[in-house]
Amino acid sequence: MAEHVIIKTVSRLMIPFIQLFSLYVIAHGELGPGGGFQGGVILGASFILYAMVFGLEEGRKRISRKASDFFSPTGLFIYAVIGIFCILGGGLYLEYDRLPLIGDEILASQLGIYGIEIGVGITVSAVMTTLFFEMARRDDD
Amino acid sequence: MVIDFILLFFVVVCAVASVSMKDLLGSVMILGAYSLLMALLWTRYNSVDVAFTEAAVGAGITTVLLIAALSRTFRHEEDPEKPGQSIFPWLTRIARLIPLGVVMLTGAVLIYGTLDMPNFSDPAAPANLHVAPYYIEKSVPETGSINFVTAILASYRGYDTLGEVTVIFTAGICVLILLRRRFHG
Repeated sequence: MAEHVIIKTVSRLMIPFIQLFSLYVIAHGELGPGGGFQGGVILGASFILYAMVFGLEEGRKRISRKASDFFSPTGLFIYAVIGIFCILGGGLYLEYDRLPLIGDEILASQLGIYGIEIGVGITVSAVMTTLFFEMARRDDD
Repeated sequence: MVIDFILLFFVVVCAVASVSMKDLLGSVMILGAYSLLMALLWTRYNSVDVAFTEAAVGAGITTVLLIAALSRTFRHEEDPEKPGQSIFPWLTRIARLIPLGVVMLTGAVLIYGTLDMPNFSDPAAPANLHVAPYYIEKSVPETGSINFVTAILASYRGYDTLGEVTVIFTAGICVLILLRRRFHG
């Protein structure tokens, strides 16, 4: 798509807003529709849009293979570690009320839900990006 | 009510069109439109979280991933059998009708099954009497989350969501194992 000026300009204009919206969706999962999964998908879609318009090589410069490989397990790790922190605070696994060092149960529960939503978002966006980059055909393979 | 039927009509049109098309790229595009119409239907039924997922995953990511998968294969579907190739053409023609019969029969059984279901949004339906009242009453004081869909997914059913994220991660790992180019030497 080297010569498509309109597509390039419009997507360059839209991608920051798509990414901002995805962060909004992740952060506001408690208050409105959405959550980590949907926000992660939208964030991944913004990287995919960039790679589709500007090419796979250019896309890999923005989100490198190392970065997406690093973030795929990181989100899952955050999720699992929050559960272990709940055990350390004297509760059951993923019982967010018992998160240590917070005190207030409702606040602890809210922070726990925020934490796992962020974890879900990180993993989903990284995996979706990985899926696209690995599935789209390169000319040399 | 009218808009429900219009949306359902277009959903059926999209489903039939995507199956009958020979051009697989067009078929994928129509599946995206199908998902978007389904998202509108979910919104009509007040399940905005499901609609959001359907619009983001069904209409967005799935379409792109299917196109990416299509870039590794051919764009046009081949005709399964050419005329004059079979010894008994009438037998092939009858065999083609069998799937239609199976689908019609399954559809009839499913429609018969819906006759026993409670009316839509019936407050006395079993699904609305089991754990739903508990979540509606207790999710805000217990978890502090105003959207109780999020409260259920993240807190009450936290193990399931952990499992889902593990499934997504595993899918990513599988694609890496299968498709990532090996480093030579």
